[in-house]
Amino acid sequence: MIRKSIALAVLATVAIAAQAQARDQIRIVGSSTVYPFATAVAEAFGKTTKFKTPVVESTGSGGGLKLFCAGAGVEHPDITNASRRIKKSEVEACAKNGVGNITEVKIGSDGIVIANSKSTEQLNLTLQQVFLALAKQVPEGNKAGGKLVDNPNTMWSDIDPSLPKAKIEVLGPPPTSGTRDAFAELALEGGCKTFPELKAMKKTDKKAYKAICHGVREDGAYVEAGENDNLIVQKLQANPAALGVFGFSFLDQNLDKIQGSKVGGVEPTFENIAAGDYPVSRALFFYVKNAHAESIPGIRDYLAEFTSEKAWGPDGYLAEKGLIPLPEAERKNWAESAAQLAPLSM
Amino acid sequence: MTDVVGEVAADRQSRAARDAKLIRKRYAVERRFRLYGIAGVIVALLALVVLIGSMAWRGHSAFIQSYVQLEFHLDAERLDPQGTRDVGLLQRADYGGLVRTAIRERFPEVKGRRDKRALSALISTGAADKLRKIVLEDADTIGTTVKIWVPLSDDADMFLKGYIDRNVPESERRLNDKQIAWLDQLEADGALEKRFNARFFASGDSREPELAGIRGAVAGSFFTLLVTLLLAFPMGVMTAIYLEEFAPKNRWTDLIEVNINNLAAVPSIVFGLLGLAVFLNFMNLPRSAPLVGGMVLALMTLPTIIISGRAALKAVPPSIREAALGVGASRTQAVTQHVLPLAMPGMLTGTIIGMAQALGETAPLLMIGMVAFIVDIPGGPTDPATVLPVQIFLWADSPERAFVERTAAATLVLLAFLVLMNAIAVVLRKKFERRW
Repeated sequence: MIRKSIALAVLATVAIAAQAQARDQIRIVGSSTVYPFATAVAEAFGKTTKFKTPVVESTGSGGGLKLFCAGAGVEHPDITNASRRIKKSEVEACAKNGVGNITEVKIGSDGIVIANSKSTEQLNLTLQQVFLALAKQVPEGNKAGGKLVDNPNTMWSDIDPSLPKAKIEVLGPPPTSGTRDAFAELALEGGCKTFPELKAMKKTDKKAYKAICHGVREDGAYVEAGENDNLIVQKLQANPAALGVFGFSFLDQNLDKIQGSKVGGVEPTFENIAAGDYPVSRALFFYVKNAHAESIPGIRDYLAEFTSEKAWGPDGYLAEKGLIPLPEAERKNWAESAAQLAPLSM
Repeated sequence: MTDVVGEVAADRQSRAARDAKLIRKRYAVERRFRLYGIAGVIVALLALVVLIGSMAWRGHSAFIQSYVQLEFHLDAERLDPQGTRDVGLLQRADYGGLVRTAIRERFPEVKGRRDKRALSALISTGAADKLRKIVLEDADTIGTTVKIWVPLSDDADMFLKGYIDRNVPESERRLNDKQIAWLDQLEADGALEKRFNARFFASGDSREPELAGIRGAVAGSFFTLLVTLLLAFPMGVMTAIYLEEFAPKNRWTDLIEVNINNLAAVPSIVFGLLGLAVFLNFMNLPRSAPLVGGMVLALMTLPTIIISGRAALKAVPPSIREAALGVGASRTQAVTQHVLPLAMPGMLTGTIIGMAQALGETAPLLMIGMVAFIVDIPGGPTDPATVLPVQIFLWADSPERAFVERTAAATLVLLAFLVLMNAIAVVLRKKFERRW
């Protein structure tokens, strides 16, 4: 009997919870790259204001935008983080579901590094070499004009005699990761474009261009090491011959164990990425549902906290976490548009 | 004739020799078989020792945290210039500034912006929280000077625990030479102390490793398992009783039985997808809530409870039932008053093992939003919460190196809970078990 009444009580709670509509806590979803920064802001916001600490979920950029655009109302998230800009198709999907006005805030950038163990020599790669090492198909003879063949390069020295005589072995994120998307777009495509005939393809056959320039080889030279970047760092230490691909903040935390390869002669340092000299870096964003700014308490204050100098400035706590800040003028512009909730138009 | 006798004798001899050989072979096979078994046990034990050993080795230092003693002047000018003692104002005041002033006063010779920043970076942001707490608890402290112990930042803590080697070149360390010199000086002055890290058990998640704790996750796990237990146990037991004691044996009950057995083998992420589709999208229950997590995990543990419950009921000898029916009990009376009490220990064991499984699950919770950064400690089953294994997963993915030891420490806590639950199952079984 007692058991039955407990079960009934639980069902009653379920029914009540289903009716509970109001929400007094900000809900954030989105990119795992922005997650460390968004959580730091959320925590500071919770400590210094009367509002509850926002709940931050790490769902990936695409997954976050999907949840974000599912509709307006308390059961949908208020803010989504993204390690790429929102796509036009996503804005349209949002509008279709009644999410009309969105505010875009660019928060800074993040570098993607190609690193190896400190016990071996630092590499100096060009984007073309990265492409030749990791692409699924490359021009025959590694030269422009060659017929496309399955990547025959097994040693770094096959690509360029100046590179070490070592097996190509790169540990990196799987296709589900935003880091992988950005790496394919910035590093592989960047190298791909150095071949004129491939670059020309972009205009004639966009689909084939993307397949070639973003295609990563599957013959074992590129090892999908999972989403956990800490694991890649540990594996690099254990295997000095391997290179790893991950976000700058993991290099920053482990400078005594691993070193970032130069890309195009530029070392992946905080200063170089901030100045825009390091080629493999991307911008980070978050998007706010303007309609929620009135119904959910604290959204404006959260935006103010995120866009304050003590958070995203060069000396702010986000820089400490590895975020590369925007230039001062840009910071000012974005902070202003965030304060006014200026709707995004594409 | 003699020939025949001789042949028979020779035949017998060779047969004896063959038999002896066969017997030897059989013994050898048996010995080998036993050895395989022992080898299996040894490998399993070794794996367990390596697992727990490596976790304890990596995690033990997370139970200790370095503290520094500093004098803080709770400056009325900076906290409450108007003297209004308004709680909102006091909450927002610049406690970080007070902390920076305090550490700079401790090292007045430090000049230059860069060095001052490096000096402040040694102190955890938890110091400001502590000052805020002191002021909010007793506004009369404003204007006084307090000498308290505050936590050091994760980098300084890692250095003092020996994870940062002072002999590697300066550019490759998270702490520079000056910071190490300051820490050495504080240590020489007796202002550094390593203490038991009570915060690890008392606070929720944080992005600062030195402030992060597992209490929020433990509370989340508690509420989730509570909901799971309240839903899965009565439902599982009733299903088991009906199927075993009352249901007619026909094609339908066979079908149900096969389905329940299959359900036990369904990957747990599938239950998460179901939870997302039914509980969140259809029933509009809140995201990230232990209520929904508990419901999903209840679905997952139901088959375990039903199967173990039926096995426990089957183990009760029919003579008990027949005796009860024989003296005039109804079938319900026979079941509830005689069979069920005898089957209960077995059912409880199955339930606890099912709950222990549920305690370790992360995959189904991913889909319903319980893999999230949640600082506030949940006060009930509808507050957003995460659970212990998810907390471990989130920390394992954080760049800060100090989270490595915390990940291992949280794993130790999770293992302790699992061992405890299994121990309870064993004790219950031993205590109430009846043999016939």
